[in-house]
Amino acid sequence: MLWTKKDLLGLEYLSKEEIELILETAESFKEVTTREIKKVPALRGKTVVNLFYEPSTRTRVSFEVAAKRLSADVINIAVETSSVRKGETLIDTGKNIQALKADILVVRHNCSGAPALLARSLAINVVNAGDGWHEHPTQALLDIFTLKEKLGRIEGLRVVIVGDIAHSRVCRSNIWGLSKLGAKVTVCAPEMLIPPGIGEMGAAVTCDIDEALKDADAVNVLRMQFERDEPTAFPEQLEYFKNYGITEERLKRVKRNIIVMHPGPINRGVEIASVVADGQNSVILEQVTNGIAVRMAVLFLVAQANEAKG
Amino acid sequence: MKLLIKGGRVIDPANNIDEVLDILAEDGNITRLAKDIDVPGEQTIEAAGKIVMPALVDMHVHLREPGREDKETIKSGTLAALKGGVASVLVMPNTEPAMDSAENIRMLTGLIKNSSYANVYICGAITKGRYGKELTGIAKLKNEGVVAISDDGAAVDNEELLLKALLEAKEHRLPAICHCEDRKLSNKGVMNSGLISTRLGLRGISRESEYKRVERDVSLAERISSPIHITHLSCKESVEIIARAKKKAVKVTCDSAPHYFSLSEEALLDYDTNMKMNPPLRTKEDVTAIKQALKDGTIDAIASDHAPQTINEKEIEFERAEFGVIGLETLLSVSITELVETGILSFSELIKRAALNPAKILKINKGTLSIGADADIAIIDPYKQWTVRKEEIVSRSKNSSFLGRQLKGVVEYTIVNGKIAYPF
Repeated sequence: MLWTKKDLLGLEYLSKEEIELILETAESFKEVTTREIKKVPALRGKTVVNLFYEPSTRTRVSFEVAAKRLSADVINIAVETSSVRKGETLIDTGKNIQALKADILVVRHNCSGAPALLARSLAINVVNAGDGWHEHPTQALLDIFTLKEKLGRIEGLRVVIVGDIAHSRVCRSNIWGLSKLGAKVTVCAPEMLIPPGIGEMGAAVTCDIDEALKDADAVNVLRMQFERDEPTAFPEQLEYFKNYGITEERLKRVKRNIIVMHPGPINRGVEIASVVADGQNSVILEQVTNGIAVRMAVLFLVAQANEAKG
Repeated sequence: MKLLIKGGRVIDPANNIDEVLDILAEDGNITRLAKDIDVPGEQTIEAAGKIVMPALVDMHVHLREPGREDKETIKSGTLAALKGGVASVLVMPNTEPAMDSAENIRMLTGLIKNSSYANVYICGAITKGRYGKELTGIAKLKNEGVVAISDDGAAVDNEELLLKALLEAKEHRLPAICHCEDRKLSNKGVMNSGLISTRLGLRGISRESEYKRVERDVSLAERISSPIHITHLSCKESVEIIARAKKKAVKVTCDSAPHYFSLSEEALLDYDTNMKMNPPLRTKEDVTAIKQALKDGTIDAIASDHAPQTINEKEIEFERAEFGVIGLETLLSVSITELVETGILSFSELIKRAALNPAKILKINKGTLSIGADADIAIIDPYKQWTVRKEEIVSRSKNSSFLGRQLKGVVEYTIVNGKIAYPF
């Protein structure tokens, strides 16, 4: 199968086959990252620009490492140091980056749809590194990659996503990706954090975490994104931990080898107990490692789309 | 000055006319309607195969002047109106400054006198600065010629204040136009709340934010038996509330805009800011309810809510983009395409909702072809198709929801006060 999409905007817009292609490509790149010389020349001579309108360490660094391992040149633009502060529009910023002959634009933005706006205004490849509450496709891909690596398959798995569903782009991307690959997704949160219609996206919805975890093969734990809304949009922290926090006690009552994931940064004692985050079920740091392989695959494939078109 | 329109299908719901007739206009008024009028030597329009109808009256328009002439001017906006077969518009008071004082309205009246190409009526503000705190003094505004009052774009949150305003409006026989939105409930939302807003990761505007306010305003009108007009209805519940009120003979009228009966929230799936307006596009079910309410008469009028916005305010991140879409040039064609072609309304019923009823609500002498009426006439080719193209938009702003859409019904002439005003 040949990759033909210029941009990666979200998993909603990908077919099952396209997601599988990314995962397979990531597998071969993961092997590269275990070598002593962790670099391949796949994107030599290409320039990747990381345009980040939101603070991010993990995702930005992961894209940077991924691009460098593909031998691309990498430029990081953070909002604080750019002319965006001087009132430049998003499209103008994108066109300037294009005029610098960048090849791939990786964008993180606090507004949902910002990468889509760039993608339709620019000829260069646009990769969504997280937009508002909308999607964070590479995060979901690395979650899925990790799950597949651990459990050998995605089809038929029961995956619970617990936490701040309302404001979570990670959740939305995971729902699309996992359901396309045949997993059964359940989202779990207090009612105030369940957005309208989420059930129709292909996830079961519950407010009872113990019920949700009963037969689960994996649980993806989301943090409260207090920065995205008014304080009244969130439950009280201690109360939340009591009712929804992923604790040792809770895990005693579920599948012994349940996979515990978290997109980070983790808030110990808010959504997840320290012992669980550091415990044997946790794959949180492996997710970070896999993130590089997945992002290498994404950068490699979108760059290929241009060649496919000539 | 005489103008003869020959052989068109004349439709005038005010007089129950739908037949092939000639119309003679003299000195700005309609003087004869008959078969085979023969007045030699006068300017004649051959209208065989066309519909000859009262020009439209659009009771919800933003022309942005004074203050935001970069978006629209009285000149550009009235020319856009003419292209759409609209000869009369009611301009909303949310200009800069707002139309909240005799002085400001005098200024606007002067601007209109100098630069308008169609009939422009002014809607005065209910409260000073449209802040919802202090009434403007409706008697003063009426003396300056406003034909309605509204704080459009904002709702008067304070019930007591609105009650007072309604009483004053009643005393001065001015329609009070209510934009129904409880901003505590719409909560900085940017589109309809539901599956689509969740998919797009955008903050939703609940239906409650509209219909709870419709409910409140209608009950205030009922309490003091004062007339009220609710503008730009977008959802099913609002329609149901109005239908119930009308059954109880509450003096309520209402309008909806073409985008609410032709587009649903799915149109936002690629973050098109030309689909962003307030109230937002709702669900398919709401579109059906609005259509049904137009058919059964629950919704009295069709108005464009023409809201020009510049590229700078639209070609940006969705949640930062301004609300509003232009609509004067597509009002009639979208209505024909979505309502007449689909058999929901007859041409006569459409003209009633887009010309006669708005004129009646505003108590202005428009919307008819009666003998003696102002000769404001549209001549249209009802079956001709056209495609909405950015380059052909007359309005200074291009933020149409219908770009690229093929529509039925082309305006061939718009006649204002007996003179051919369009084609320009």
